[in-house]
Amino acid sequence: MDFFIQLLVNGLSVGFLYGLSAMGFVMIFKSSSVLNFAHGELLALGAFVFLSLHSVVQLPIGWAFLATLTGCFVLGFLIERFFLRPLIGEPLIYVIMLTVGLAAMLRGLLLLIWGGNLRTLPDFLPAWMDIQSGWLRIPPVYMAAILVGVLFLVLFGLFFKYSAQGIFMRSVADNQRAALSLGVHVRRVFALSWGIAALVAGMSGIILGLMNGISVHDLSAVGLKVFPVVILGGLNSISGAVIGGLIIGVLEAFTGGYLSPSLRDVVPYIVLVVLLLVRPYGLFGLVEIERV
Amino acid sequence: MEDTLLEINNISVVYADVIQVLKGVSLQVPNRRIVSLLGSNGAGKTTTLKAVSGLLKPENGRVTDGAILYEGHPLENRSPEQITRLGIIQVLEGRQPFKYLTIEENLRVGTATRWGKPYRKDLELVYHYFPVLWDRRKALAGYCSGGELQMLVMGRALMAHPKLLLLDEPSLGLAPLVVEEIFRIIARINGEQQTTIILVEQNARIALEIAHYGYVMENGKIVMEGASETLKDNPDVKEFYLGGGGAGGPGAYQQPKSYRRRKRWL
Ligand SMILES: Nc1ncnc2c1ncn2[C@@H]1O[C@H](COP(=O)(O)OP(=O)(O)O)[C@@H](O)[C@H]1O
Ligand SMILES: [Mg+2]
Repeated sequence: MDFFIQLLVNGLSVGFLYGLSAMGFVMIFKSSSVLNFAHGELLALGAFVFLSLHSVVQLPIGWAFLATLTGCFVLGFLIERFFLRPLIGEPLIYVIMLTVGLAAMLRGLLLLIWGGNLRTLPDFLPAWMDIQSGWLRIPPVYMAAILVGVLFLVLFGLFFKYSAQGIFMRSVADNQRAALSLGVHVRRVFALSWGIAALVAGMSGIILGLMNGISVHDLSAVGLKVFPVVILGGLNSISGAVIGGLIIGVLEAFTGGYLSPSLRDVVPYIVLVVLLLVRPYGLFGLVEIERV
Repeated sequence: MEDTLLEINNISVVYADVIQVLKGVSLQVPNRRIVSLLGSNGAGKTTTLKAVSGLLKPENGRVTDGAILYEGHPLENRSPEQITRLGIIQVLEGRQPFKYLTIEENLRVGTATRWGKPYRKDLELVYHYFPVLWDRRKALAGYCSGGELQMLVMGRALMAHPKLLLLDEPSLGLAPLVVEEIFRIIARINGEQQTTIILVEQNARIALEIAHYGYVMENGKIVMEGASETLKDNPDVKEFYLGGGGAGGPGAYQQPKSYRRRKRWL
């Protein structure tokens, strides 16, 4: 039982990070119908920039974190502005090829600057995050993942539900023509969703880097995990993305703990394929409202 | 005194660089009036509205000739973001709500042109004209009836403080009683809010009830125009748009404009 709970907690905390990354991916897809194949590279970029700001530039942890997140946001914004905007209105396949190319370009850049070796981030998390109660131990990074996951979910929930920009973003995702007819700045919404997605990806990258070390290949591979997560959760559902992330995280932890660590990366996909056969729109895909 | 708010001078519109849809359309919209644009399916009514609102652009359409002047400023081929901020709001054909947003959230999107400014008073105004929306304000728009949605999209447009409202077939697919109610409210908005309105309709009878002036379109051209009373009595309008009436009666061929149109029909 102890082992079960321990795995569950580990799985959930990693799952939060998967879910957050997937949420950014879904946000881009919902607002601009772009599938971002460079999502994993954004994760890796966040982790490496943070590493360098901390260990090379010697910024204090808090400042390095803030600077990384700001940088990621700006980068996402610029990617939309200079790479995707010229392709608005072009066939989807061009846009997909562009993000695939972007992924290759970013990965090359990362390898060039930081090399392919595994790097480790300094362990800076405060001691109070190390939760120890009886047999259950939550290491600080896992605690950090849970805290950051919950915090960002609440923030985004409030942002999308109540803020004007959040509602504009949802309106664009819902009916782009109608949004345009009311003067919603649709291109700004696209750019904003890229900015937010890159920010969240960078943050997930930092925490995943704390857990497992930073390497370009490992973190880009996490980007691929976004696909089973969003397919599980439904490509259209932001909350589905988060729940899909949690499920994949927990499945991985259980597979690694009970079956074999080498199966970790496979079993979730098997479950996924089975699930897709049963529910092709994902567990939480939007039920199409057909009344209108 | 009738100052002109919008003047369309002989515009041509082409989609995808090859499909010419409007062939020299001109019309004038006096301040604070309702001008109705009538015509059957495919005549080019929606295209005319989109030329004004800038929504041609995302559909790969372009004004290739002529001019659109709004308060004296040229509008041709400006972006919808700019045009909406000048106070021109188009209410799209077929209602187009944000299905997964609540009624009130839908209305808030209407404040996009003046983002960050207070909007409570405007919500109250919309609920004043459309009390049903107040009752349904927490409901998802996707679950509302056609009549409620028509009120919603008109209310959403009102949130933007439009000076010129472009309504595209508000009666489409609604029950006669609901249509009556909606047109009564359109007339009230025009009178009380001083909003100038271009009313596109296939239902000429109800449109000419509330409009001051009307144009009839056919095949991308204006074929007839006149004050609503005049149009209502015109035998051609009666025959084709009001259902029945003096088919081929004397006078049908007296106006050269309607004669040209007849020839195309035969
Ligand atoms: N996006 C478009 N691309 C090509 N042709 C179009 C487009 N939109 C409308 N048309 C054509 O333009 C003509 C006029 O359409 P429209 O303006 O919608 O007429 P109405 O609103 O009077 O029914 C139709 O023949 C239609 O097929
Ligand atoms: Mg039309």
